[in-house]
This record gives sequence, structure tokens and C-alpha cells, in this order.
Amino acid sequence: MTVHEMAKTLELTPLSVTDGEREFSGVYIGDLLSWVMGRAKSDNVWITIMSNINIVAVASLADVACIILAEGVTVDENVRTTAEAKGINLYSSEKTAYELASMLARIDV
Amino acid sequence: MNEAVKLHFLVDGEDFTSAGQASVQVKKSLRQLGISPEIIRKVSIAMYEGEINMVIHAGGGEADVVIYEDRIEIDLIDHGPGIANIDLAMQEGFSTAPDNIRSLGFGAGMGLPNMKRYTDSMKIDSELGKGTRILMTVNL
Ligand SMILES: Nc1ncnc2c1ncn2[C@@H]1O[C@H](COP(=O)(O)OP(=O)(O)OP(=O)(O)O)[C@@H](O)[C@H]1O
Ligand SMILES: [Mg+2]
Repeated sequence: MTVHEMAKTLELTPLSVTDGEREFSGVYIGDLLSWVMGRAKSDNVWITIMSNINIVAVASLADVACIILAEGVTVDENVRTTAEAKGINLYSSEKTAYELASMLARIDV
Repeated sequence: MNEAVKLHFLVDGEDFTSAGQASVQVKKSLRQLGISPEIIRKVSIAMYEGEINMVIHAGGGEADVVIYEDRIEIDLIDHGPGIANIDLAMQEGFSTAPDNIRSLGFGAGMGLPNMKRYTDSMKIDSELGKGTRILMTVNL
């Protein structure tokens, strides 16, 4: 399934969508950046509440399909524009990480 | 590819918001050279962890990346405080990162272990008060 279709199903708020057609597979949840670097896999959806600028580089290098900011976390405008510039799909949601993950478990086949 | 490709970066120790730029640039260069995605991911993650460490723990430094026909070498040099106990620093969970850095999501003590995991060899030379040099190799 594409990131765009997933985002529609989960009713995510798009903050930066540079490649909505990218296929995702699997999910990683975490806020400690070196854990994400060590454990997230390519093409994962990454769910976090960490919202500082460094998440953009981490998403790029770990090669995740998109970031979802859970629990209504917001980002500064420069994080959003950097994500756009670096080609990172970034969404936000009022849902908890658990709610997002259980919805993803139903659609990620 | 007959000639080795050499990349050199100055890693700014002041500017925390742009930390990781050298690694992102290396990722781009490797992609242009047609290196496989798995190798690119290993090299750029290992380099990012090293780059961030130089920014957080050592006030910046220099990075050299050389792409040979059979391997990629990443050489990180800083003139920071050095690492007192390398075996301890290599353990998962060991970190001396201050609270303001932890609040940004760093300081899990997983950076050096990740560098080891994602590379085929890793050598640390460090002297207290002088600095740290980390040489990593990823085989192609
Ligand atoms: N270049 C360096 N100069 C001085 N000390 C360093 C350097 N790199 C690492 N260290 C020391 O080794 C410890 C462990 O490093 P490591 O990268 O594993 O964890 P961290 O940077 O504290 O947290 P994380 O990488 O998970 O964000 C650091 O907390 C620091 O004390
Ligand atoms: Mg580190």
C-alpha cells in the first residue's frame, strides 16, 4: 500500500508529502533516535512524538517511508520545510501511537 | 571505478540543527555512484552516528570518506575530550549525554554499538584531552 493511501485511511494530517506513491511495509515506534537508526527498517512507517529538526535526517538515513507524529504533536515550520526539501513524507495525527499502530496492523499486509 | 573517490567534510560543533549534513551528502554521493541501497544505508547510518557524536561530545571534527573498488572507509577525527573507557562506551545504553541533548532524542547510548553493527570493521583510537579517531570500513 502507498503512503498516500495509508494516510487517507488513518485520516492523517499531511505536513510534507514529497512521495505519496512510495510503498510502505512494517512499522517502527520510538523516540530515541539511535534506537530508530539501529532498529527501524527501510520502508517502515515511523511513529514518534519527537518533533525536533533531527528527525528529518534520521528518517532520510534510516530510509523510512514516512514519519507520523502521534498524540497531536506539532512541528516548527522549519522542520516541515526541511522535510519537504529533503524529500521526507511527514504527517501528524491526534491518535496515540497505539491507535495508529493497531490501524496499521489491519492494513499492512 | 578505477580511481578511489574521496569526500572530505568539516563537521560544525556549534550548529546542532544542521548536524547530519555530511552523512546526508555521503548518502547522495553513494547513490550517484550506483552503490546498492543496503550498503548506502549501512554507511550513512554509521557515519551519522559518528558525526552526531562529534557534535555532541567533541565540539565538531572532520570526516573523510573514501570509496574504493572493494570497500568504503569512513575516518572521523576530532579534538574533543576523548573517551575515558572505550569498552564501557561501546556498551549499549552507556551515555554521558546531558539532559538538554537527551530531550532531543539522543543519549540512548546506542550510537557506537550501531556503528559497529553496520560496519565490517571499526577501530577507535582515543586519548583523554587530545581527541578521538574512529576508522570504519564497509566491504562492497
Ligand atoms: N567523539 C567522541 N568524543 C568523546 N566522547 C565520545 C565520542 N563519541 C562517543 N563518546 C562517549 O561515548 C558515549 C557513548 O556513545 P554513543 O554514541 O554510544 O551514545 P550517545 O552518543 O551518548 O547516545 P546516542 O548515540 O544513543 O544518541 C558517549 O555518551 C560519550 O561519553
Ligand atoms: Mg551517539
